[in-house]
Amino acid sequence: MCAGCGAPVVVRCILSALKPEDHAVIGLATGCLEVSTWLYPFTAWKDSVIHNAFENVSATISGVEAAYKAKKRMCEEKNTKETKFIAFGGDGGTYDIGIQSLSGALERGHDMVYVCYDNGAYMNTGIQRSSATPEFANTTTSPVGKIRNGKHGRKKDLTQIVAGHNIPYVAQSAPRSAKYGGFKDLYNKAEKAIYTEGPAFLNTFAPCPRGWRYSTPYLMEICDLAVETCIWPMYEITDGKLKLTYEPKKKLPVEDFLKQQGRFSHMFKEGNEYMIEAMQKSVDDEWENLKNMSV
Amino acid sequence: MSEISKTVTWQKITQGGTIYESGNADSFITGDWRTSRPEWIVDKCTQCMLCFPVCPDSSIPAKDGKRLDYDFNHCKGCGVCAAVCPFDAIKMVEEINSDK
Repeated sequence: MCAGCGAPVVVRCILSALKPEDHAVIGLATGCLEVSTWLYPFTAWKDSVIHNAFENVSATISGVEAAYKAKKRMCEEKNTKETKFIAFGGDGGTYDIGIQSLSGALERGHDMVYVCYDNGAYMNTGIQRSSATPEFANTTTSPVGKIRNGKHGRKKDLTQIVAGHNIPYVAQSAPRSAKYGGFKDLYNKAEKAIYTEGPAFLNTFAPCPRGWRYSTPYLMEICDLAVETCIWPMYEITDGKLKLTYEPKKKLPVEDFLKQQGRFSHMFKEGNEYMIEAMQKSVDDEWENLKNMSV
Repeated sequence: MSEISKTVTWQKITQGGTIYESGNADSFITGDWRTSRPEWIVDKCTQCMLCFPVCPDSSIPAKDGKRLDYDFNHCKGCGVCAAVCPFDAIKMVEEINSDK
C-alpha cells in the first residue's frame, strides 16, 4: 500500500478481532488492498485468500461458505476449529460495482462478514469518482474547473441500503486516535460482525493521502475530524435497532475536516462559500436523521 | 515458488496463479520507497504502544507487549507513528542513504 494508507490499519484491526484459534477465508474485491497485498508470487496474507474481480467477491465468499457448510455436514469428524468468511472491498467494489452480488449474498443469509473500506473514490486506478465520493470533491473524473465544481450530488448511504436487507448486524466505524478510544470501537464492531451468526456488514472509514491530498502523518487526525464533524457517524444496527456508538461532545464545523485536504481546496475560494454551506446542511440533516432513528 | 520474469511462460507458473506460501510478501522489500525515516528514541519511549496499531505497513514489531525497533525493510516513512506519539519518542529524519 502507499505510505500512510488507512486501509491496512483498518484491516489489521478487524482481523485481530478473529480469535487466534479460528481460521478465516478472505475474499478480496478488486481494489488497492487486493492488488497491493497479493502480487503474484507474493501474498501478504496468512489466511486463505481468494482473488476476485470487482463485482463478485460477495458471490465468491458466500459460495465458499455454502460449500464449507455442506462439507461439514458430510464430515463425520468434528472439527473444533471455526472457519469464518470475510470479504473486503473498497468503495468502488462495494458501493458501485459489487453491490448486486453483495445484495444477493445478504439476502441469501450466508454466515459471512462484508467489510467495506471507504476511501471515497477509485484510488487504485487513479482517483476516479465513485458513488462514495463526497459532494464537491475533486477527482480525476469530476475535476474542478470553469464548468464543474468537483463531484455533483451527495454520496450514497450504503450502510442504510445494507440495513434495508434486515440482516442481523450492520455497523459503521472508523479508527480513532487514543484520546477518543483508539481502535476500541472498530475492534468491538469487528468482533460482533465476525461472531454474529448470519450476514454482517461493516463500513469503515479509510483515508487515502494520495487521493485526498493531505500529508501522510495526519492519518489519525483526519479520522478523528471525520467523526467529530459527523461527516462519518459511528453507529451500529443490531436486529434492526440503530444505536449511535459515538456522539461528539461538541460537533465541529465541516470546514475543519475539509481544510486539511487538497481535494476540497476549491471550496475555500471566494464565491464558493455556498459549497461549504451545502455540505454542512447535508451533514446536519443526516446526523439529525440518525439521532431520530437511534433508540 | 517460481521466479517471475518477463520471459516466464504459463507452464512455469502455478496453476491458476495459486500462491501456496503464506505471508511470503515479507521477502518483498518496500522500504526503499522511503524518503524520510522514523528514529525511535528509546529513552523517551514509555512503551504505551500507541504507535503499534497505526502503522500501515506493520513495520513496528512487538514482542511480549513491548515494541521493538523498526522493520526498515518495509517501513515507508509515512510518519503516522511520529504524529501519534505523545512523548516525542519518534523523530522523522530525512532518509539520506537508505540501507535497503
